[in-house]
Formats: sequence, structure tokens, C-alpha cells
Amino acid sequence: MSKKDLGLLILILVVGAVVTAINPRFLSAINLANTSNLVALFGILSIGQAFVIITGGIELSVGSLIALLGTLFIDFIAVRELDWPLAFVVIIMLGAVIGFVHGWLITRLKLQPFVVTLCGLLIYRGVARFYTADGTAGFAFGQNFPTLEFLTAGRSYGLPNSFIALIVIAIVMWVVLHRSVFGRYLYAIGKNEEAAKYSGIRTGRVIIAAYVICGVLTALSAIYFAMYTRSISPASHGQFYELYAIAAAVLGGFSLRGGEGSLFGVVLGTVLLQELQNLVNLLGIPSSLNFAVMGGVILIGVLVDQQWGVFRARRRMIEATRRNVAGAPAE
Amino acid sequence: MTSTDTTQPITAPFLSLDAVRKTYPGVVALDRFSMEVRPGEVIGLVGENGAGKSTLMKILGGVTRPDSGTITVDGVAHDGLTVEQSIGSGIAFVHQELNLFENLDVAANIFFGREPLRAGPLRLVDRARLRDMVAPLLKRVGANFSADAPVASLSLAQQQMVEIAKALSIKARLVILDEPTSSLPIAETEKLLDVIKGLKAEGISVIFISHRLHEIERVADRVVVLRDGTLAGTLAKDGINHDEMVRLMIGRMLKEREKAGEATRAPGSVALSAEAIRTSTYPDRPVSIELRRAEILGLAGLVGSGRTELARVLFGIDERLAGSVTLDGKPLNVTSAADAVANGIFLVPEDRKLTGILLDLSIAQNISLPNLPAHARRSLVSTGAELATAEKQKKNLGIKAPSVLTRTGTLSGGNQQKVVLAKWLAMNPKVMILDEPTRGIDIGAKAEIYGLMRALADAGVAVLMISSDMEEVIGVSDRIAVMHEGQLSGILDKQDFSQENVLLLAVGKKPKLLQAAGGVQ
Repeated sequence: MSKKDLGLLILILVVGAVVTAINPRFLSAINLANTSNLVALFGILSIGQAFVIITGGIELSVGSLIALLGTLFIDFIAVRELDWPLAFVVIIMLGAVIGFVHGWLITRLKLQPFVVTLCGLLIYRGVARFYTADGTAGFAFGQNFPTLEFLTAGRSYGLPNSFIALIVIAIVMWVVLHRSVFGRYLYAIGKNEEAAKYSGIRTGRVIIAAYVICGVLTALSAIYFAMYTRSISPASHGQFYELYAIAAAVLGGFSLRGGEGSLFGVVLGTVLLQELQNLVNLLGIPSSLNFAVMGGVILIGVLVDQQWGVFRARRRMIEATRRNVAGAPAE
Repeated sequence: MTSTDTTQPITAPFLSLDAVRKTYPGVVALDRFSMEVRPGEVIGLVGENGAGKSTLMKILGGVTRPDSGTITVDGVAHDGLTVEQSIGSGIAFVHQELNLFENLDVAANIFFGREPLRAGPLRLVDRARLRDMVAPLLKRVGANFSADAPVASLSLAQQQMVEIAKALSIKARLVILDEPTSSLPIAETEKLLDVIKGLKAEGISVIFISHRLHEIERVADRVVVLRDGTLAGTLAKDGINHDEMVRLMIGRMLKEREKAGEATRAPGSVALSAEAIRTSTYPDRPVSIELRRAEILGLAGLVGSGRTELARVLFGIDERLAGSVTLDGKPLNVTSAADAVANGIFLVPEDRKLTGILLDLSIAQNISLPNLPAHARRSLVSTGAELATAEKQKKNLGIKAPSVLTRTGTLSGGNQQKVVLAKWLAMNPKVMILDEPTRGIDIGAKAEIYGLMRALADAGVAVLMISSDMEEVIGVSDRIAVMHEGQLSGILDKQDFSQENVLLLAVGKKPKLLQAAGGVQ
């Protein structure tokens, strides 16, 4: 674990302790289960975003995608009565295809990630609203999917199954990002795409793969969000979720220039964001201030991190000088 | 200073350093260093990269304090200078990277922050007075441009003159020029050397740092050579010559100075053959070229003649608009660098820091990058295999670094270039293309890189070396191909090698060949 991750972990524990001291309900089983479920849902989304950010790209359409894919998923199983495993596979495939298209537009047609995914943000939201005729997608009374509901909203050993899914995904993606050849390519491309290309890496394919991973994980979290809310109004469902995901990655030490960040960091970033949301509720802060609190904390976090770096560099210099002075007479 | 034998010092030295020492953690950057500078004296300061020149400059500029030793300026002894003391005593720097505002005019740059103002509360700049103040300064540096010319419109040498004028405007008594000519073409360099002579005539001292030893030969009154942080020697006016400077710089005589050694075997069969290639820079000029095994083919030509573009097409970075390529007689369709690498065609690119290596990655990670699947088990990187390869290459190439885990960004230029070479040498090259392989690299590392190129050729690799350094092209190549405006203007065989012939071909004229049946197309 890097020092950055450790700092974030300590911050999470400190904030947790403070909130518990004011309102002990923070540590109640029900609150922890709720919060960990939300951490799981946003965590899966944020891990996907992190894979794009590490290449120096950005994926702004994930919030709208959660609305569109969630709407489609509920429509498939509730209205069209597809088998849910089939619907599941179709949604995941759709996420992959959309990720591929984004990656292809960015690498082959040389469009900027911001532009491509901003258009995606608008398009998918519009399509989702059109698909339901601006209505709400939901289940009819008495419709039940026991297995699916258990896997998405159920619990095992007191842990939400969604949280277990996040742990599994996080471990797998940790290996991919930090141990695999592909992960090394991602870092290399994020640091210097040109030099990576000159080393014979097919940078286009690697970047497309990152967007596909993001698309797949977004689709997965779309299903989780759909089963969590059980009813979707596409005009607002998933709104600003892309910003939650980006914020989690930034808090977790990812640089928007690419090439920096750890998987553990983005998970911790998600935990901190959800903890803050929870804090707003538990401490009776007006919920309209929600975004302001989050923005404020991120800003302070980034500032402290940066100032800490400056402070450490200065301290290193002073120490080096002191060693010099001490070593000089021993000529 | 005992080793100087110039005429008796008539005047007291303006500046003298006595037994100056400066250490950084783990490194002695400067040790027991003494020198003096007399008024109106031009001192050539030479040394390999890392010899301690920058440390010396920092001490003189007041940026760092020496650990011990004395600095005497104008008869006043100091333990170390502050920036204010340095400027106040008339020491001015002209750095390799110019510090000018390109969007402002010459006069505004020279008196930036010290503009003469008109009376009144608005503090308006008095343009007329400013021009009057600038005019004599420009005259002193022999400027052929006006005070209101925008800096962006000036050539590099002219911009350097602006910097020198700026130095004069603060009544400089010692001007330190840090590699001022490294990016200047020949004609511009002449102007700068004239300016140095002008300063000398006014009684201003100059410390002239340069890697171009023949320039030092021409202007220096005395040469101070640094090696490994110590004074390697001082050469008086009549003792200044190229070979002696090199000997002092590297501590030994380079027998085969700037040469890769002769080929030990005859060139083999054609490895790579490019037929009527068209690049996007010169779409109407087809180029055909053959690279033979066990041969170093030098590719000369003026900047912009299409050499780099040809290399980029062969390596698959740029699109090939037309033409065909064969490797070992078989047609080859390279559409990406990955294709080229898969076929054993490697490029050491011109811009090392931007495209050659990843500065943020370690030596080991850079070396394994193009061949990562071979350093992995089931798609997971094996750090052990990676380190083993890196250690081997580090030893073979003599990469100087604390460990293979060192960030390449902290290495010297020569060692960075060795890392670029190492990543390809670890992979059995068939064709090796090197674009300006020794640019910005000190003499010792240069010779090693030439040696490596020769060893590659001896091992049967076809080597293509693009170079703008005439001595290098002639000293290293087995044959020289010359490009002119996107076309191959000719190929010289060994017996026809001469600077004149290369230059004639580079400007599109016919060379003077020994045999009528030369390689001119």
C-alpha cells in the first residue's frame, strides 16, 4: 500500500470516528450495510472509470449509461420477460460495445475523450428518456426474481452481496492493473503514449480495451443500481454519477493526465465519498449541501496532498544539506 | 594557479576561486577546485556532462553555497556568494535555454522590470528614453536588428545577443555563456564568437562553456578542464588544442576518437530493401534504399531533407504512401511500430526524452517494455525475469546507475541512450535504425555508442545511422547515403568519403568521385 493510500485510509477512519462520536448510529449494522452496499455500487463504477483515467482519458457518459442500461435491463426482464441471465449478458455486451465504440472513436478517429464521452452523456440520456417515453421503468406488482434479487440486493454472512462482488472485482482488477502485462501497458501509455508506441506497443488496442473494461463495469453497476432502486425514471437516474466516479479516482490518487493511481486508492476514494454522504445524513446537515460538502472535502484533500508533497521535498532538501554539513569536515 | 604561463598578470584577477568543495548526498560534485579570471580574459570551460560545470555555475551565480573554500571577487573574500552578491558584483549568465519574453520587443526584454518611467502617477513607460538606453547596448553586441523588433522574429543567435545586451545593461564584468552555440548553425555561431571578442576588447571577462571544442580553440585565452569534480588541467593560449582538451576531459587518449572502428567483415546480403517509398512530407519524391547486413549505412543530409521521415516510415510510425519493403527478400507490410518490432526492425528515435524512453519508468521497466510478454507468465509480469534481463543489459552496455530500478529520468543523456539501445539489444535486432544517436551525449559515452553500433554490425545486423554530425558520419559509416529535399541524392563508398562530397550531395550537387562508376543515381 502506498503512502497516499495509507493517508486516505487514515482520513476515512478519522472521519468515521468523529461521526461516530457525534452520532453512534454510524456504526449500527443497518447503516454499515447500507453504506457498504452504496460503496459497492459506486466502487464498481469507479474502478471502470479508473481504467480510462489511467490512460489519460475520461469517460463522462457513465451516468447516462447507468440510466439507459438500467432502463433496458428492467424493461427486458419485467416487460419483455426475458430470462434474467440472458438479459444480464445482453446488457454487459451492450456496455462492452459502447465502450468499444468510444475507444475506437478516440484512437482511430483521433477524437478527444472528453468530446466523445460528453456526446455519449447527452445521447444515452436522451435515448433512455425516449425509450420509456419519459416514463418510469419498474417492476409490476408481485414480480419477483429471487436469485437475481439475492445476488444483487441480498446478503451473505451479514455482508451485502454487492459488496462481496466489489471485493472480488477489486481483487481481479488489482491483478490486472498492477501485475499484468496489460496493466503495465496502461501505465506506460498514461505516462507517455508516444514513447509507448515507439516501444512497439499497440497503444490503440490497449486504450480501446480500457474503454471496454469501463463499459462492462458500468453495465454491471447499472444492473446493481437498477435492482437497488427497482424503479427508474431515466430523466434523473444516475445523474452526476460520472462525477462521483471521477472524484473517487482523483481522491484515490489518480492523475487526470494519466499514468498514476492505484486500484486500492480508487476503492478508498469511493469509501470516503460515501462516508461523506452518510455524514451529511447522520449529522443532520441539510441534504441540499450534499454536493458542497463533497466538493469541499475533495478540494481540501487534493490541496493537503499537494502541500504535503511540497513539504516533504523541502524536508528532504534540508536533511540532505544537514548531512552534507556534517560530512564536510571528514574530508 | 601554477600551471598558467601566460604573460605576467598585470591586473589583479576579477574573480578567484580557492580550494572550493561542494558535495551532494553521495556525490562530490566539486573538490579542491581553484581558478581565477582576469579582466578581459576569455576562459574556455570544458568537461564531460557531470564533471561539475553546473555546480560551479550555481556557486558563481549564488544559487548554492560551497561546503568549503574561498571565492574572492574584486579582492573581497567570501565563503560563498548570495544571488544578490553575484549580480551586484557584475556576474551575468547567458544560459543555453534563453529567458526571454518572445511576445515582447527587444528593448522591453533588456530593461524588463527596470523600465524608465515618465513622470506622473500612471507610471507609463518612457519609450523614447528606453530606446536611447538600448541603442548603445545593441551597438556593443554588434546587433543587426532594431530595439523594437519582437523577440519572436529574431534568430537564435540574435536572441542570444539580446541576452548578452541584457547582461551588459547591468554593467556586467564577467559574462558566463553556458553552451550558447549548441543549437546555432555555423554562420550564427560566427557572429556570437565575434561578440565574445568584442566583450574581451572592452575588458569584460568571459567564461565560455561549450562542447564544441574548435570554438573554444578559436576564442579562449585559457582553457580550464573539469573532470569528476576536480581541475583536470589548465591550458594556456598556445597549448590549446582539440586532442589535449579531450585527453584532459576523459583522462586518457581516445585512440579511435569518434570512430566506431573498421568493419571486420564484408557487408552481407541485403536485409531490408525499400523500393520507391513515399512519405507524407515529400509525397512526390520516391526513395529507394537497401540496408545490408553487417554494415553501418550512414544517412546524411541537411535538417529537413526527409531522413527522419524515411526512418519513421520504415519503423511503421508514419504511413507509407506508396512503395514496397522487403525483409530478407520477403515482402513486408509494416503498418505500425508493433509490426516493425515483431519483425526485428528497431528504431532509436531522435527525441530520446519524448519517444525513446519513458522517463518515469525504471531502467528495468523501460528495457522490458517492448518485449513484455517474454517477461511474463500467463500474462502476469515476472519481475524476476524483468530484472534479470535488465541486469544483464546494464552490465553489457555499462549503464551507470545505482540500480536497474532507478528512474531513467534521473540518468545522464548518454546513459538514457544506452537504455534505449538496451531494450532493443535484448531482442535480437535484424535492422537497427538510429536517428542522431549521439546528440547531446558526452564524448566518452559517444565512443561507447559507436562501439556498440560496430558490434551490432559485426554480429550481422543491418545498421542505419542518421546523423547531422559530419565527423560522425564519416568516422562511423561503411557507406554514406545522402538525402536532399526528400530524395536520395547519392551513396558514397568508403574511398569517396569526404566532408566536401557529403556536403555536395546534401545540397543536391554531384560529388567528386575517385571512380566514374560511383553510386550516384
